[in-house]
Amino acid sequence: MKHFPEHNVHEYQLTNGLKVIVKEDHRAPVMVSQVWYKVGSSYESGGATGVSHVLEHMMFKGTEKLGPNEFSRIIAENGGRENAFTGRDYTAYFQQMEKSRLRVSFQHEADRMRNLLLNPEEFKKEIKVVMEERRMRTEDDPQSLTYEAFNAAAYVNSPYHAPIIGWMDDLENMNVDDLADWYRMWYAPNNATIVVAGDVNHKEVFDLAERYFGELEPSQVADRKPRVEVDQRGERRVKIKAPAQLPYIMMGYKTPTVATAEEKWEPYALDVLAAILDGGNSARFSRNLVRGSQVAAGVGAGYNLFAPRTELFTFSGTPSQGRSLDDLEKAIKNEIKKLQEKMVDQAELDRVKAQVVAGKVYERDSVFYQAMSIGQLETVGLNWMLGENYADNIKAVTPEQIRAVASKYLNSDTLTVAELDPQAIGNAKPARRTRSAH
Amino acid sequence: MNKLVTTALFSVLCVATSVVFATPNIQHWKTDNGARVYFVQAAELPLVDVRVVFDAGAARDGDMPGIALMTNGMMSEGAGGWDADNIAERFDSVGAQFSNSSHRDMSVFNLRTLSEKEWMGTAVKTFATILSKPTFPADAFERERKRLLISLEQNKESPESISGEKLFENLYRGHPYASIPEGTEQSVKALKRTDLMAYYRRYMVGNNAIVAIVGAMDRKSAEALAKTIVGELEPGKAAEPLPEVKDRQQAEEVVVDFPSTQSHISIALPGMKRSDPDEFALYVGNHILGGSGLVSILSDEIREKRGLSYSSYSYFAPMRVQGPFIMGLQTRNDQAQEALKVMRQTLSEFINNGPSARQLESAKKNIVGGYALRMDSNKKIIDQVASIGFYGLELDYLDTYIARVQAVSVDQIKDAFMRRVNPENMLTVIVGAQTPAQAAN
Repeated sequence: MKHFPEHNVHEYQLTNGLKVIVKEDHRAPVMVSQVWYKVGSSYESGGATGVSHVLEHMMFKGTEKLGPNEFSRIIAENGGRENAFTGRDYTAYFQQMEKSRLRVSFQHEADRMRNLLLNPEEFKKEIKVVMEERRMRTEDDPQSLTYEAFNAAAYVNSPYHAPIIGWMDDLENMNVDDLADWYRMWYAPNNATIVVAGDVNHKEVFDLAERYFGELEPSQVADRKPRVEVDQRGERRVKIKAPAQLPYIMMGYKTPTVATAEEKWEPYALDVLAAILDGGNSARFSRNLVRGSQVAAGVGAGYNLFAPRTELFTFSGTPSQGRSLDDLEKAIKNEIKKLQEKMVDQAELDRVKAQVVAGKVYERDSVFYQAMSIGQLETVGLNWMLGENYADNIKAVTPEQIRAVASKYLNSDTLTVAELDPQAIGNAKPARRTRSAH
Repeated sequence: MNKLVTTALFSVLCVATSVVFATPNIQHWKTDNGARVYFVQAAELPLVDVRVVFDAGAARDGDMPGIALMTNGMMSEGAGGWDADNIAERFDSVGAQFSNSSHRDMSVFNLRTLSEKEWMGTAVKTFATILSKPTFPADAFERERKRLLISLEQNKESPESISGEKLFENLYRGHPYASIPEGTEQSVKALKRTDLMAYYRRYMVGNNAIVAIVGAMDRKSAEALAKTIVGELEPGKAAEPLPEVKDRQQAEEVVVDFPSTQSHISIALPGMKRSDPDEFALYVGNHILGGSGLVSILSDEIREKRGLSYSSYSYFAPMRVQGPFIMGLQTRNDQAQEALKVMRQTLSEFINNGPSARQLESAKKNIVGGYALRMDSNKKIIDQVASIGFYGLELDYLDTYIARVQAVSVDQIKDAFMRRVNPENMLTVIVGAQTPAQAAN
């Protein structure tokens, strides 16, 4: 057992490899319990995209002991809120409950970690549900379609090429055996981390973990091929035509992350750069593009420094009335150029740092978020401490470092651009029908 | 293979759920200019949340749809001697988070700041100036108007947005709730800066405001804080009472042809207001019907048994006067009629038969057992407190809540649904691609 008193975190590992991390927070009589598996869409290969997410759905569909949906009923009867989410690099299941109910969570999470049924009849229905989810999230949302095409163009051989929810064709051709193989391969105590945060006693949590997860057999977890993204040798552009009202642009440059950077400071400098452009209402995008030149109706920057492989530093936005996508792209590139040529001034940098320092305090208002941060970092192979030390690493970033990463990484040879070209929706008048009561 | 002792499933759960924990202690007073203040001391974290709510949402738009939202948004675009850049810098430089939003009932202003004296001082002063000295700069007004017009365009590409709009428009025809908070292209283009200023003067006043404060300070400091934030407002008058919503007399279907792969389907009618005598019967009943996620009857029929939809739900949105009762889902176009039929059937059966005793017991366990989760952070506490303050609920609303849930019976739910939800008089809204066969029936 390890204790990190300055963070109020306790760590423990069972002999079968399961890692348990507890963050005590006694403000309210509640706790959150999260089970994180090291598997997500980036583990998948062509033809079987979306299998991690479909399996996540099937985890609610019964085990040798529980019928379909019974897990959810038990959690509900215990006053719990539960759900699950699938990302590129993790799949996580969680329950938020009153503090005395942790046992209920552990008992059934342990059960579905090894004894999932994967009933073919249930699968037939659930795959339909996932296709409906894909229609809702992607097919009928022009900006999501744009993002998907952007992503597929930006990443060639990296597993980040495919959408997390999977391609529709892969969903249509998925069968329950695909899931069974996937489940056997990744759902094991030595491929999982449990995070519990809230009004709990760490010793009691570890005892419960021993009791419910201790006897689970570990698995031989497969080695993954590295699938390092090929070097990009020049700008790529794609166009997406879809029913929409507004044009939309996405741009992305290949950038290193904490996991891949040669220089430890670079990802933090990139993160500050993102905040200089889009961290709050006083940032340059709001000030210069939305308010100043008014070229953008909305514009944003995004960067995930804690990804386990090469990431994209992205920009996205919608031009304002009378301005074109081209105008917006030029304006974004001009903001990048300014960062490459001129140091940011101290007041700007101080504002970014003030927001980070305050943000660390605000984070503590949510036990869920604190658990999430720990689980995410651990599962992508980084230490959860990085989250705790984040503010210090940001505070150390200098204006020169920001200029350096802007010049080194935000240049057109690794740029991918996707443009949404709106196709007329048509203005059908709604038909109104009055039915007499019958 | 691991051997767990199989516990009989429900033996574990038969323990009566009596959860006892401290609900937030709400302190209440009025400022000299009439604002009602609701304060909860939360000493654990060095931060303070403030929310100011005016009774100045879209329900007050009158013949100028969009004016409430525009007025709310414009207040942070210039105040005192500061322009939008200065205001943003002041908040960002002390790590404060400011946000504003406008709904049908409420015009909302939020501030989250560290409790550190100097940083908080800057944040609070900026916040107070936005509320009491907005300048509505002409150039910012034109810019924000354009941005609102763009977002109106954006709404037209989302079947979900269209569906919500059509629902309110038709459910509340002739009532202030019919107004779409974002307004229409026509109404937004017609707005004048002076209209916004007049609206501000009428509605952003002490007697029409509530202030919720949750954070690391004592009562005395909270009193001083409230005074700083809203003390400069004119006392003014509270907004007029809204007209009651009439019950529907007949069924109606609104179908919008839209080139999406799914149809978004809702059935709705005017539901309940805050402090409704049937509040708890309807709330607990709906929890069972469609308000409890994957374990609700509706989700079971639509998703679990048939795989028709990813998300199916029903809810009452209690408002100042009768907010809507809505059941909704989205499904592949060619399944729209089947899904609609199942949804209507599910509702009718629930109204006719009511829930079973077992279902009611499960719902109570869920609501009572999870009650602590509704106030386990300052953010959630301020949500609760602001709502209690704005709607004038009893100060012990949170303390009596569990007992009132526990008191609901099967018969009360049946009776309340029978009286309040008539499946013969529902409004149906369908947004999706219409096949000729569908359009013809």
